[in-house]
Amino acid sequence: MNQNVWTRLDVAARGMSPFAFTLFLVVLAMVPFQVPGLSAVVPSLGLIAIYFWVIHRPDLMPAWAVFLIGVIQDLLSGAYLGVGTMVLLLVWLAVAAQRRVFGNASFMLVWAIFVIVAAGAQLLAWLFSSMIAGFVLDAWPLFFQYLTTVAIYPCLAWLFVQTQRGFVR
Amino acid sequence: MKKSSGQALHVAAPIRAWAQRFAFLFLVVAAFALMLLGKADTLLVERVRTTVTDAMAPVLEILARPVDTIGDMVEQAQELTELRADNAELRRDNERLRNWQTAAQKLEAENAALRELSRLTVEPGTRFVTARVIGDPGGAFVRSVLVNGGSRDGLAKGQAALTSDGLAGRVAEVGQRSARVLLLTDINSRVPILVGKARDRAILAGDNTNQPRLLYLTPGSEIRQGDQVVTSGHGGVFPPGLPVGVVVLVDETAMRVQPFVSWAHMEYVRLVDYELPGILLPASPRQARVPSGAAR
Repeated sequence: MNQNVWTRLDVAARGMSPFAFTLFLVVLAMVPFQVPGLSAVVPSLGLIAIYFWVIHRPDLMPAWAVFLIGVIQDLLSGAYLGVGTMVLLLVWLAVAAQRRVFGNASFMLVWAIFVIVAAGAQLLAWLFSSMIAGFVLDAWPLFFQYLTTVAIYPCLAWLFVQTQRGFVR
Repeated sequence: MKKSSGQALHVAAPIRAWAQRFAFLFLVVAAFALMLLGKADTLLVERVRTTVTDAMAPVLEILARPVDTIGDMVEQAQELTELRADNAELRRDNERLRNWQTAAQKLEAENAALRELSRLTVEPGTRFVTARVIGDPGGAFVRSVLVNGGSRDGLAKGQAALTSDGLAGRVAEVGQRSARVLLLTDINSRVPILVGKARDRAILAGDNTNQPRLLYLTPGSEIRQGDQVVTSGHGGVFPPGLPVGVVVLVDETAMRVQPFVSWAHMEYVRLVDYELPGILLPASPRQARVPSGAAR
């Protein structure tokens, strides 16, 4: 019986890890790294994490988890509330709806699709933010942020694959 | 459940799919509601924000520490190589500042005497609180930092945030142990300032670039590149005379100011508790270089 409880806890912890890891990345992106110019173009680590986990372990990254991560990110960053949440939810929907495409997709294909998905996500973020702000916001910083996000994807994906093999199961 | 008859499964599967779709729709509507709520900018949103920030502050503090240590080490190595030159410059600075100190003391004494004469009420000095920068949300739309001081340390909304270089921004949200400082460069930042020796009034408005713009200048004022910018103290939010930056661009479309603060190296900020105007702020070197801006 006791064994059973521990096993259950273990399974629960492993199941939680994609969510916890994503949340950790959202906080990590906020650490002041004291690198000139980095602050404005810091990659959207949460977007990468959610994209990856929805493709590979959709059962561990349900929509409500995405919602929660989005809300925490919006609250912490001081950005327009709800914009990040909405964008992440729509990314979740886009990937979840096309899950068959990712069935046996190679890494390159998944990355290529991410290039498109991230572009859509940034575009939506810009649209929503401009709507809330009441005027057209400068899109250049967002574009550079998009480039860093796309560029860092392979590194993070590798990290996630290791996590998945070693921990999540 | 799974072992029940095929009939039940036929019914259950569509219901489950429908429920999932409904749940997703609900979340999207909730996100939309959040956007509306955020737009309305209610007190509730601010309270929730500060609560979450407060909860995350210890985590951020721990994460920021190693980064700071590495940054310090790099800085120390750089300083070692420039020790001689720095030393010489500091000597010169010291001499110059001594002169200024004498001048300031003289002025202070004179001021006190004049106040005595005119029976002005003595204004209390300005209090400083130092806080550590623990979070830099980054991103494309906001320029703000989180600091590890809150209402329990005496921070309050509207206080000016300074680095050793000059004005960095103002406190926008205050939690118990953390606060958000809206930087000068943020699109929502507006600071009343004085430009140049003529002390023309204007508003320094951030637009998410590194160089905020000057707006609402007094008509007929002549602004040139290299003019110093200090806070005016109008509106009573900031103390007057805080060094802000220098005018770097003047053309038909815009005038831009390069703030003195180096954004990438903000480790600590001083928050100015300014309830009543103080007379002499601790002179910083930049201030000393603009006698007309600081002494009057």
